[in-house]
Amino acid sequence: MSTESAAGVEVARSVSVPLSLPRTFELFTARMTEFWPKEHSVGSSEFAEVVVEPRPGGRWFERGVDGGECQWGSVAAWDPPRKVVLLWQIGADWKFDPDFETEVEVTFTDEGSGRTRVDLCHRNLERYGDATEQMRAIFDHPNGWTGTLDRFAELAKSHATQQD
Amino acid sequence: VATSADAVLDALGDRTRRAILENLLAGPLAVGVLADQLPVSRPAVSQHLRVLKDAELVVESVAGTRRLYRINQVGLMAVRDYFDRFWETTLDNFAILAAAEAEADKRKPAPGRTTAKRRDRGRTDNK
Repeated sequence: MSTESAAGVEVARSVSVPLSLPRTFELFTARMTEFWPKEHSVGSSEFAEVVVEPRPGGRWFERGVDGGECQWGSVAAWDPPRKVVLLWQIGADWKFDPDFETEVEVTFTDEGSGRTRVDLCHRNLERYGDATEQMRAIFDHPNGWTGTLDRFAELAKSHATQQD
Repeated sequence: VATSADAVLDALGDRTRRAILENLLAGPLAVGVLADQLPVSRPAVSQHLRVLKDAELVVESVAGTRRLYRINQVGLMAVRDYFDRFWETTLDNFAILAAAEAEADKRKPAPGRTTAKRRDRGRTDNK
């Protein structure tokens, strides 16, 4: 009857980078701080560091500039250098909820010539639909999901300028 | 995507309308059933449903002689769009960082890191 609500909602994105498979995996998992959009801090302060503990069951968390830690989720699968599965456990009320799980699967594929493709799939997003009220929180939160495009535009511009 | 965030927020800014949506989470319902479940009149429920429909939060369908209302997935699509844009940005940032790493490697090869060809010419590694 409710096939609609049972249907999974997911987003998938891919990118190809000029690094070897092991180095790409390492860069993605060990240096998340350097590419995670700055406004996407969940804690009370800006994040100083984004940490993925490199083992199954490890924590995925941010450390704020105030030193406080705020958990985002955990490591569901740790299979270097080909795959990591992270659980994003932040509800739309911007709080860690151990009972709320959405899955971020990241796979790394050797494309040859020193290039690696990164395929990311964030699934179970239909679980955000369980509470309509939560949608409001997403739109309203001061550290909400807007403004990242602006930031990327700036980054891309500075990158292009460096190349000139 | 016809629905603006504003229209959605306005529609959700009313307690009765949020209650209607919550009741619809379990499955499609007729106006009369919704009116029985809530402390408001049937015409009031119809009024609220119209606002929710305009915001594309609910859709109506006709089943036999009954008109049923159910949750529209557009709201969920807004969530999806947010995450889609978020990961696009994050992976683009990652690609920029990876390109910078590759560039740094070219300029300053780390000791011991050589290409396969050079290794062939050099001493054999004992593997």
